[in-house]
Amino acid sequence: MSRSARSLVALFTLGWALLLAAADMNYDLRPVRIATDTWVLTGLSEDFSFKNGGNIVNTGFIVTPAGVLVIDSGPSRAYGEQLRRAIARITDKPVVMVLNTHHHPDHFLGNQAFAPDTLAALPDTIHGIHSEGGSFNENMYRLIGDWMAGTEVLAPAKPVTPGPMELGGHKLELIALKGHTGADLAIFDRSTGVLFAGDLVFHDRAPTTPHANIPAWQASLDRLDTLGFQVLVPGHGPVTLDAGPIRQTRAWLTWLDKALRQAAEDGLDMTEALAIDLPAEFRRLAVVEAEYRRSVGQLFPAYELKALSRSGRPAQ
Amino acid sequence: MIKPHALAAASLMLACSLALAAPKGETQNDPLGSHNWSYMRKDLFPANARVVFDERVKVSAPLTAENPMNVPVSVDAAALPGVTEVLVFADLNPIARIVRFAPTGAHPGLGFRIKLQQSSPVRAAARTADGTWHVGGTWVNTTGGGCTLPSAGSASPEWQKRLGEVSSRVWERKEGGERIRLRIIHPEDTGLAAGIPAFYIQPLDLADAQGKPLMHIEGFEPLSENPVFTVDIPAARASTGYQVSGRDNNGNAISATIEK
Repeated sequence: MSRSARSLVALFTLGWALLLAAADMNYDLRPVRIATDTWVLTGLSEDFSFKNGGNIVNTGFIVTPAGVLVIDSGPSRAYGEQLRRAIARITDKPVVMVLNTHHHPDHFLGNQAFAPDTLAALPDTIHGIHSEGGSFNENMYRLIGDWMAGTEVLAPAKPVTPGPMELGGHKLELIALKGHTGADLAIFDRSTGVLFAGDLVFHDRAPTTPHANIPAWQASLDRLDTLGFQVLVPGHGPVTLDAGPIRQTRAWLTWLDKALRQAAEDGLDMTEALAIDLPAEFRRLAVVEAEYRRSVGQLFPAYELKALSRSGRPAQ
Repeated sequence: MIKPHALAAASLMLACSLALAAPKGETQNDPLGSHNWSYMRKDLFPANARVVFDERVKVSAPLTAENPMNVPVSVDAAALPGVTEVLVFADLNPIARIVRFAPTGAHPGLGFRIKLQQSSPVRAAARTADGTWHVGGTWVNTTGGGCTLPSAGSASPEWQKRLGEVSSRVWERKEGGERIRLRIIHPEDTGLAAGIPAFYIQPLDLADAQGKPLMHIEGFEPLSENPVFTVDIPAARASTGYQVSGRDNNGNAISATIEK
């Protein structure tokens, strides 16, 4: 074989190897037991990327004699399917309920992996998935590419009723809150003391704010703080045994609200608001620079409108 | 005999050199490396004009714009003497021209927001009294789609009632002088969303309380919906109040007094 033919064969082989690696799309999901019957899959503290396949979110499940409760289904169909297989490696109990804590893409795009009649969420979350799910899904294809293969929006049909819910001896409390989005579901397992806080709580990773209402979010954090949990599962970032992540999320939101209001009141242009120095205490949060920029884009116009409306008046 | 592919290569080289042909003194390469620059040069500036890349013209915009409908941009050409007008454009936007402004008393800069259809250089070309265009700019990356989406306003009768309404406020600047920020209710439709014709603010004039001009702005389709402008006024031209007047491409008038 000539030298050029050999190089061609080598190139061809390499091409196939790369394709096969991509087709593998292995999230390498390893559930960690954080309390009796309770497992968490902790995502990376990163932005969505082709490299991480969108595995930046925490999902979890509770295994009971009456079946398995899944909390959030991940960013893609592949993630959902791998989550289902990870659960099957731990228990032979069927998944009886999948709760989507809110309507952001990394929390529900794995729904296709589960039986449709097991999917449930707050009514406004279901509404949000119907109205915005399609564009989220498209955007995820742009952000993580092939990892999204076969992913379609599957909205839960079953609305959950907030309040106590018993499942296989676990005394659960479904708590309807808002602030991160218009409907945020927290799940507190009184039997184990585990609180699944959804994206109301971020840990060592800057919060995302595309649908944020900061005062409502702060009120929800206050509520979570009073629950007396023993283990806290944030939506993003490591699990803890204390309320540290609640304080951290609250501190960021308080600073963000104050900084943006001040910037608007001082007459800063949006490009100047983007250039504000972040306080040292937040610099160690993962992706804080990127999230701050996104938050300015999402939230600053409203602060600006308020600052301009004060003395502005239409022509007579 | 010349081989066909050699001929093709030669004509390609000729085409390239023609596309890049420019008057003397204009030999710098585009610092932003845009394949569209030579066409921008040809389309937006007279052939005999002197056009130079100049870092003194500052364009501030986020490297990554999360919302392609609302990308913040600030232009500052104050490092140049005697700026008579500034043209802001984005090479790879379906409508490249964004805004043109002529500071007739105001600081030679402007803050505003734009719609971007895809990642693109965003540039400001400032013309000085000698006729030279000084071009500065920055790349903005975005997911795109900003120009082909309908405005929120185009679907709402409530917004139509408030068309042309101006909100504004004046600040004293620490550096001296004043800052005016104003927001105008207008859908700023590009005409690129199916069935929605172009509908956008064209001339906008800012003057002091006595009516002496401070800034003339000419808007194009890519300015964001409900545009917000930031204009700085040097201490020497600070006034007891300001006025803004203009119209959109349908002839709807914009007129407001900006009180302190």
